Amino acid sequence: MIYKVISKAEFKRFIDTLVLNNPSFGPRQVDSDIRGDAVYHFLPVTSFDDIAFDYTATASSAKHFFLPFREELSRFAFHGQDWNQHINYDTNPIVLIGLRPCDISALNILDDVLLNGHFPSPYYLGKRKNTFVIGMDHLPRPDCFCKSMNHHSVQTGFNLFCSDIGEEYYLSINSSKAFNFLKEFNTRDPHDEDNCRLVERRKLISNSFLSEVDVTALPSILDIEFDSPVWEKWGNKCLSCGTCAMVCPTCYCYSVEESFAIDLNGATRQKRLYSCNLVDFAVVAGGHNFRPKNGDRLKYRYYHQHRGFAENANQQICVGCNRCGRACLAGINPKDVINDLRMEKESCLTNVSLSPGRT
Amino acid sequence: MPDKRFVIPRQDINREAFAASIPDFNRRSEIMKTDMGYKCSITNIVRLTEQEKLFQLHILESREREIFRFRPGQFLMLELPGYGEVPISISSSCSNHEFLELCIRKAGHVTSALFNVEKGAYVAVRGPFGSSFPMDEMSGNNILLIAGGLGMAPLRSPLSWINEHRERFENVDVLYGVKEPSQLLFTYQFDEWEMINHIRLHTIVEHGTAEWNSRTGMITDLFNDITINPATTYAIVCGPPVMFKVVCSYLDKLGIPMNRMFVSLERRMHCGMGKCCRCMVGSTFTCVDGPVFDYWSVMNLKEAI
Repeated sequence: MIYKVISKAEFKRFIDTLVLNNPSFGPRQVDSDIRGDAVYHFLPVTSFDDIAFDYTATASSAKHFFLPFREELSRFAFHGQDWNQHINYDTNPIVLIGLRPCDISALNILDDVLLNGHFPSPYYLGKRKNTFVIGMDHLPRPDCFCKSMNHHSVQTGFNLFCSDIGEEYYLSINSSKAFNFLKEFNTRDPHDEDNCRLVERRKLISNSFLSEVDVTALPSILDIEFDSPVWEKWGNKCLSCGTCAMVCPTCYCYSVEESFAIDLNGATRQKRLYSCNLVDFAVVAGGHNFRPKNGDRLKYRYYHQHRGFAENANQQICVGCNRCGRACLAGINPKDVINDLRMEKESCLTNVSLSPGRT
Repeated sequence: MPDKRFVIPRQDINREAFAASIPDFNRRSEIMKTDMGYKCSITNIVRLTEQEKLFQLHILESREREIFRFRPGQFLMLELPGYGEVPISISSSCSNHEFLELCIRKAGHVTSALFNVEKGAYVAVRGPFGSSFPMDEMSGNNILLIAGGLGMAPLRSPLSWINEHRERFENVDVLYGVKEPSQLLFTYQFDEWEMINHIRLHTIVEHGTAEWNSRTGMITDLFNDITINPATTYAIVCGPPVMFKVVCSYLDKLGIPMNRMFVSLERRMHCGMGKCCRCMVGSTFTCVDGPVFDYWSVMNLKEAI
């Protein structure tokens, strides 16, 4: 890692040059929500001015650049009775500008799951290799709890990371590509004063977190509370719509579907992102559903997020961005569910609905 | 015109060595073309029962045939182009390197389509995936195989292994329960197993017919017919979800240690590689950590049985 300092004017020139020469995506305001807060989304950008650098967090995460909602896995071409299978890992380089530390942490977690497991995914590898990631720190939203998950700062997984230190950006350069680009611009080595300002900035961010979730020993609590009525309580609220998994930066579960081409001369195998909250997630052929209740499925999402699975060495995969909490139509957010599990709310056991779980 | 100095170079992974080579699913953790199947032709189809057929497959490329080596208990992903992929446990002997046998029940979208294909059609397989029964560890002991319904399909592979290495095992008992006599699988091999391989086969049906002259009842009734020495017995159980609970807790009470009871679980799988998370049980995946689990793991995994 090499550290440099760049003035904001020069940084603008740098981004403009990068954006001009490469397909680039950055946060842009697309709408405002019912409370009047801006809604941001990663969209194509053509100049520095397109990018809302002061955005808080996008509604949907940056994972869709790596795990598109629909992705072709392979293609079959039929010749009479015979067929041939083709796989193409084609990807084009893109620049992602303004990812938050939690978004980059999420990419690191996906790297762990999809590249370090038993069967590394070449589709993900191709996209990851061809993406130039520029990270940027930010002051947290009131409901962010990434500090609790220890993802409010990030050390790897990006090409360039920018910290706002007043009139300048403090750059952490993590790849030769980024270093080569920056050679053409005026940067300087950081002085002591800059380092102090960086530490101050980090302190400010760290102290600005309003939400906190106690995740100490959460995996074992999840195991112990497997039959807790908390799951039924929140399960009864859950609409099983799968929105949480769509906006989550680390949810990667998918289904594979095949379809014939319209002329019947070929077929494609597609991967589609899926959610463990959808009712047919664990249905086997013959119709048996291993998780028929909303609560069971909600529980599994929390299991995956906060306990992790073997592929990920049982690490928590939640980064604490609270996108799922903000997007949930039923008002379920991880902070409340985890607090309930910890029985920090005395009332949680008495409030449990006695109505039978919706299936 | 883009300024070359600021263009991010494209890294084409299609050009990397793995993209041109045949995937070897036994070499885990290596990057490979995991979605490329081995093309097979269906060399024979045997109708076993009303609902089940036995498909015999032959991997066409000799190089792929050499790579495809499995152990008893593993499964593969069977691809019918255009319809989809299904996880199917391998029913044939693992020493048969020429042909694969898959016992398939007509249950879903893909298997229904598969029942309409004829001999000579081309399908693809990916695999083998998953864990296997520790046959070497079991050597020198009594074996108790308990199958319910279609559970016989995954047990035929360890049974062939036992038959081929019969001298390594003491008593081998097979308890096999189905709903009706017409649903018994591999009936044509029963005599061979009993007479040649000295396997003690006990069958039971829930609803007997006029021609049925053997036991009727539940599979647990068969435990009265046999004597089990818990100290020297390994048990392998496979069947519908309800059966596991009853049978495993019975064997547990008998005193068979948890690490000597093996079950083969069934879940919905889409990838077979621990990526799609469809087959998660507790905190593990049926496809990479299973489908064969010992009873200790199953007890620890939530909602496993």
